Amino acid sequence: MLSFIGRSIIQKIITLFFVSIVSFLIIHLAPGKPSQVDPMNPKFTPEMVERFRKEFNLDKPLHVQYLLFYRDLFTGKTASWKDNQPVLRKIWERFLNSLPLFIVGTILTWTLSFPVGIRSAIFRGGFYDRSATFFSYLLISIPGFFFAYILIIFVVNSFHVPVIGMETFGIGDPSWFRWFMDRVWHLLLPSVLGATGGIAVLSRYVRSQMLEVESQDYIRTAMAKGLPPEQVHYKHALRNALLPFVTMFGLILPGLIGGSVIIESIFSWPGMGRMAYEAILARDYPVILTVNFVSAVLVLAGTFISDVLYMVVDPRIQL
Amino acid sequence: MNPEPTFEGPLAPRKTRLQESWHLLKQNRLAVLGLIIFILFFITAVIGLILTSGPDPMFDPSLVRLQEKLRPPLSKPNLDMLQPDELPALGVYLFGTDDLGRDTFSRMLQGSWVSLTVGFVAVGISVLVGIFMGGIAGYFGQNHIYFDHILVVVLLFAAGALIMVGAPSQGLGLLALGLGYIVYSLWRKRISEKKVLPIWLHVLHKKAFSVDTLIMRIVDIMLCFPSFFLILTVVALLPASIYNIMIIIGLTSWMGTTRFVRAEFLSLREQDFVTAARALGVGDFRIIFRHMMPNAIAPVLVSATIGIATAILTEAGLSFLGFGVPPPHATWGNILSDGKRFIFDAPWLTFIPGFAILIVVLSFNLFGEGLRDILNPKLRERY
Repeated sequence: MLSFIGRSIIQKIITLFFVSIVSFLIIHLAPGKPSQVDPMNPKFTPEMVERFRKEFNLDKPLHVQYLLFYRDLFTGKTASWKDNQPVLRKIWERFLNSLPLFIVGTILTWTLSFPVGIRSAIFRGGFYDRSATFFSYLLISIPGFFFAYILIIFVVNSFHVPVIGMETFGIGDPSWFRWFMDRVWHLLLPSVLGATGGIAVLSRYVRSQMLEVESQDYIRTAMAKGLPPEQVHYKHALRNALLPFVTMFGLILPGLIGGSVIIESIFSWPGMGRMAYEAILARDYPVILTVNFVSAVLVLAGTFISDVLYMVVDPRIQL
Repeated sequence: MNPEPTFEGPLAPRKTRLQESWHLLKQNRLAVLGLIIFILFFITAVIGLILTSGPDPMFDPSLVRLQEKLRPPLSKPNLDMLQPDELPALGVYLFGTDDLGRDTFSRMLQGSWVSLTVGFVAVGISVLVGIFMGGIAGYFGQNHIYFDHILVVVLLFAAGALIMVGAPSQGLGLLALGLGYIVYSLWRKRISEKKVLPIWLHVLHKKAFSVDTLIMRIVDIMLCFPSFFLILTVVALLPASIYNIMIIIGLTSWMGTTRFVRAEFLSLREQDFVTAARALGVGDFRIIFRHMMPNAIAPVLVSATIGIATAILTEAGLSFLGFGVPPPHATWGNILSDGKRFIFDAPWLTFIPGFAILIVVLSFNLFGEGLRDILNPKLRERY
């Protein structure tokens, strides 16, 4: 176990190193320079561009830039090119905004997909199963932005509540109840949208896991000896079917930072995804690279956690 | 008139594989529906390309009629305000017009070809790369890479980088060094009588890691990137063009295929028919492509079908964010993106492209899942 942890940490650090090189090269070798973002701006004189290049080490060779950038990143000194704010603090602020979306979305996903999937598996081939299957394909296939507009029209027309942004603009200082409801309404749509794809995929997965377990011999034995079906389904089958899902707790980590660029821009939600999008538009390389790096760290940490969890919950697995 | 054969020899299966698959497919009504929609979409896209391109297209997607803007679907054109050649080809605005008075039906036709090509070309690229990488990892995976080979590759890359950066003299030096080493080792292997390595080479000529490790680590590295964000970054940095989008979507989505193909190849290469082929002296590449690939293609086909759906969605998302195909050309994503400003006045501009994307993507997903069931040998045995 310990040797596995040690080996995989070393392996992941090496992977991370290559990820940092690749993302750095993608950004810096692509055509176009950050100083060309706004060529029509009269304030962007050649002297300004020169100073800008010097300030941010753009005049140095590529490998020196690489070393300087990651040294700054690890000492927390990286600053955005756009407003000279420390990148890590910016990301942290945006991250706090994205966090409620992520939490509500994850709770919705995990609480809805299990009942749906389990019921589909128990009544396999029935009307419920077939309609659940069709709806999950529908949810996987619908473009997020289109679904967002349908939901916005529906919610705004039938409930007359504001949905765009994090809170109603100029709401002032209302009573705590109104403030709370305002926040809830704003939170609801983006998190439902963020959860739809997850619900569809996860409920299919729950269904196939349950089906796999339900076809095992011990389930037939349990049925044959006359146990009540509920007990067989929920006690014998479900517990074993849950095993792979423990590991998925690790795999949702990357979702923390991925955010949804499209959904956050539709709802003007000042979260991670939108910050990344704005950084791309402004060619704010430090922000882009840092977001990339942090999300790579989260992906690797997620797979690591899921491997370890798998070993903890399933004694048959020896890595 | 042939008499009935009387001997009880081995009989060929009563149904061919294709008939059996078709029989299985017919059981799954959703998959058949998906296939039908997919064929209709394909025909529409090809016809759309023919009718909307050329110097004098039948449906002109870029004809601006400012006096006819935001007309609802199925409305008749206002005859006395239009020149004869500005009239829509069908005599009505089938899907209405947008804020510049352009016929949405023509624009949808033009956009269907974009969606189709983006889906197929991107997935084609990713499947090709995936099969290539997965095939190498699965078939040649046990071979090792030596330190001196890595050194040569690094040298050549450094040389290329130096020449590009603008230090040609040092670059050419490195290039000469690398090429010199390659020539030397070729000479040593093919021509030279001495088979013993010189001492100084012995230090370098050590096994570093296996080919399999190398390729699977590359896959791990690629999987670390958040894919939509990566695509968005690269598309934003490169000049906007439909080919860039196809290539980028293709190059960021081959990892799944590589894993499937590698896993299949690892089990196939131990099987008897591969050993037999090798014993007959069949070449490696013939074994890979003629003998092993047809047996490994099933999961690739399924993931490719679903991959087309994902690619179409990704392209629509990019167009929606304004990074897609440059403006005069219509795609479903940018029709929707332009139309969202008039969502209350002209909802058809949002709903028609939205439902078009939904239906096409849904049909690919349904057909892909049906294909997965058909190709699943566990289900096949029942018939």
